[in-house]
Amino acid sequence: MKHLLSINDLTADQAISILDTAKELSKVSDGAMKKLPTLRGRTIVNLFFEDSTRTRISFESAAKRLSADVINFSAKGSSVSKGESLKDTAQTLQAMGADAVVIRHGASGAAQRLADSGWISASVINAGDGTHEHPTQALLDAYTIRDRFSELQGDFQGLEVAIVGDILHSRVARSNVLLLKKLGANVTLVAPPTLLPVGVESWGVSISYDFDQTLVKSNVVMMLRIQGERMNDSYFPSAREYSRSFGLDSVRLNMLKKNAIIMHPGPMNRGLEISADSADAGNSVVLAQVSNGVLVRMATLYQLLAADQNSEMRM
Amino acid sequence: MTILKSARLLDDSVVDLRLSDGKIAEISSSIVAKDKDVVTYDLEKNLLIPGFVDLHTHLREPGREDSETVATGSLAAIRGGYTAISPMANTFPVADTAGVVEQVFRLGQEANLCDVFPIGAVTEGLHGEHLAELMAMAKSKAAVRIFSDDGKCVFDPLLMRRALEYVKSFDGIIAQHAQEPRLTVNAQMNEGEVSSKLGLTGWPAVAEEAIIARDILLAEHVGARLHICHLTTAGGVDLVRIAKARGVRVSAEVTPHHLLLTDDLVTNYDPVFKVNPPLRTQSDVLALRAGLADGTIDIVATDHAPHPSEDKDCEWQAAAFGMIGLETALSVVVKSMVETGLLDWAGVVSRMSTNPARIAGYAGHGHEIAVGSTANLAVIDTSGTWQVDRNKMASKSKNTPFHGMQLPALVQMTFFNGRLVHDLNEGK
Repeated sequence: MKHLLSINDLTADQAISILDTAKELSKVSDGAMKKLPTLRGRTIVNLFFEDSTRTRISFESAAKRLSADVINFSAKGSSVSKGESLKDTAQTLQAMGADAVVIRHGASGAAQRLADSGWISASVINAGDGTHEHPTQALLDAYTIRDRFSELQGDFQGLEVAIVGDILHSRVARSNVLLLKKLGANVTLVAPPTLLPVGVESWGVSISYDFDQTLVKSNVVMMLRIQGERMNDSYFPSAREYSRSFGLDSVRLNMLKKNAIIMHPGPMNRGLEISADSADAGNSVVLAQVSNGVLVRMATLYQLLAADQNSEMRM
Repeated sequence: MTILKSARLLDDSVVDLRLSDGKIAEISSSIVAKDKDVVTYDLEKNLLIPGFVDLHTHLREPGREDSETVATGSLAAIRGGYTAISPMANTFPVADTAGVVEQVFRLGQEANLCDVFPIGAVTEGLHGEHLAELMAMAKSKAAVRIFSDDGKCVFDPLLMRRALEYVKSFDGIIAQHAQEPRLTVNAQMNEGEVSSKLGLTGWPAVAEEAIIARDILLAEHVGARLHICHLTTAGGVDLVRIAKARGVRVSAEVTPHHLLLTDDLVTNYDPVFKVNPPLRTQSDVLALRAGLADGTIDIVATDHAPHPSEDKDCEWQAAAFGMIGLETALSVVVKSMVETGLLDWAGVVSRMSTNPARIAGYAGHGHEIAVGSTANLAVIDTSGTWQVDRNKMASKSKNTPFHGMQLPALVQMTFFNGRLVHDLNEGK
């Protein structure tokens, strides 16, 4: 495996292998020596055309714990904002000898273009492309679910997952649907019809317009960030109406199944898609998602950059 | 004087022809050259047909001569068997005045490879707010008869109504780029299964069909001539079919790429497949083919849209819409319509030559092969095949979606006003 552009690039076994590697790495992270020499001398570029401090520091932290050199290239204040093209930027990174490029871009397919175009020979990791995919987010979510439901090892058979909110514009939802299905979970998308893409019926998931009905049978409730501006395009009449129908509020918090977990990719709009007490509830795993993100990204970098050279994980 | 030996006609007869003063002077079973000034070409029983007529071409001059000029576009045209092309108005400056259309017309005459009949803008600057000086363009040396804001829809229904009415006085046509702008804000590809998975903003079929339906009703109401540019949806074909049955004066075109390619090609995000209107689904492709076969869709038009490499060598969203098509049009039509048994060669000639020449009123084009007809001709090797190579195009741009494809039918020669302007075997 050279690139990670989409969950479609992974077989179920490869995905499980990344999760297993992340689990191994967690044992190291818990110890006193948090740093591994695995990627010493390798250069990883974080190429961020969109602001995302969380994702960038997660990748940066993952790369540094594997002893890689990290270059952060942010579009703001760089030549990109002066109109330099993706191609020229990529060729510049190539000339600098990048081994891997972690790209976040506002255009769907930008990571794939970078990998396919021949502009660059480095591995490409998609850290979110437009409204397409965010594969490491799905992997860290799967890791978090697996961590909480210890009976799930090889597959997620029988697990009921609800993904709630702006599916239409969500790269997190697309990657999660692909991975959760690959691992055997049953996925239900919950949203007003305006926030579901035309063609969603081809995704092989259930669709619900009724959060309450779905909520009571779900083991995992994944809330997506909703942008208040969406109401300007008439996706919904008002933030309040959205919140009443599709927000995880205190009433719905109490309707959750025992042992069900609450997830959110962050950043959260407290009081809009998720109430403060839901976000901070005992069954919320939002912070675990953040720390697991570093492990899963370490595992991803390891598999792309080091697995070929080392048959055994070097620790 | 020119003699063409062994030309095969549509009825399979093989004849000799004598061309003189730009016209077909004689057709008989055998013509022998008597004069030593006569040039003789042996057509080796290849098919001789009237040259093709394109009613939808983008030549980029004036303004973007880096991607195409009138001269390079004309060269691409004759390589594709075209003897008349119709450059759209979206140049810089926009072809919305007599001055600009005359400039383009004159550039075509200077290139002197085929007829270049400019299309005028419907509205000033293509802004969709005020009518351009349509009468001035009609009365100019360019004698414009087709008006279009192509690339943009004439969205204001009142303005569209006025335009349709206004051009009646000189038998003009409004060619509509049917795209409801509010339903296609930032649209990137056909809205459906593929767009849902790729996370690209959808361009729904209804955005095309809503405008077609509205404009058919307007044209019917005022008794004017309407032409629908680049039809792409099954629903659009149905609307035109119904309108024709009602006697509305509507004509429609389909591009070669919409007859062959589908939206699943977008999956790798290669912008060479980015075009407006977008590639649709296989069921749309089949409906377009059926519509072209049964006459609902009158013509094939290329929507030849050259772009420099930097406008395609980028991420999908940043890329320009459009594909070049003059040099591949015939082969793609043969592959999608003739090889599938939907059209015979007479059908190809009507859709690519006779019908467009009649709709636009281009004298000297689309005539049957007969004594007295203007010698705008194409010679086709109907059994040959070729591999498309974007690096061997006459067009200045390389954005062909057919690169690497093996396609049927070769344009061996093109004659413009009796003069050989393209010979595939030249230098061989």
